[in-house]
Amino acid sequence: MDTMTIGSILTAIFLLFGLLFFTGGTIGLLRLPDFFCRMHATGKSDTLAVLLCLIGLAIYNAFAGNFALPYILVSIKIIFIAIFWFLAGPTGTHAISRAAFRCGVKPWTLEHQFKEVEKE
Amino acid sequence: MIDMRQFFTGVSIALLFLAFLCLYRAIRGPFITNRIIGVGAIGTKTLIVLLLMGFIYDRVDMFVDISIVYALLNFIGTLAAAKYFEMKGEV
Repeated sequence: MDTMTIGSILTAIFLLFGLLFFTGGTIGLLRLPDFFCRMHATGKSDTLAVLLCLIGLAIYNAFAGNFALPYILVSIKIIFIAIFWFLAGPTGTHAISRAAFRCGVKPWTLEHQFKEVEKE
Repeated sequence: MIDMRQFFTGVSIALLFLAFLCLYRAIRGPFITNRIIGVGAIGTKTLIVLLLMGFIYDRVDMFVDISIVYALLNFIGTLAAAKYFEMKGEV
């Protein structure tokens, strides 16, 4: 079992877990009843999924170049995107949901289900 | 030995399928706020698809820069929309 096979298997695991979280976030975005619930589903699971996918791709790139310097630099760039998105994703989620809350979007409660109020 | 290029192609197709599902929320979703999060979700998926395209075409060093720019633009777009609606005071 050479090093390239190990890198490929690690990458496959990371990418498949990322895909799993992306699927969960998308189902939440489509199915949940109102804006804040959808934000809750997609904001967190998408961030984690991007993180997992980027870490997996950085590992694959480092293994594919046999740890030569140019490949390591590209891997560091990919890790930089991961760190940036780890900070930026929750910030964007927070900003957009705060704006919606101050604009008067009503959060969904259990009463909506019984009163058949217009879903927001 | 796993053929990683085919695996990356499969993951890209799956992500594109999920992006099309998000497009439903971006087009139909009631009010502008739902559309913004739909577009944001498509943007995060495109970020990964761009990098996977780089691995498929063996040009990662170029595609990683495009991916960085895409991440920055997605973030700035979301923040700008949030700021606009907060100052406007209504959705």
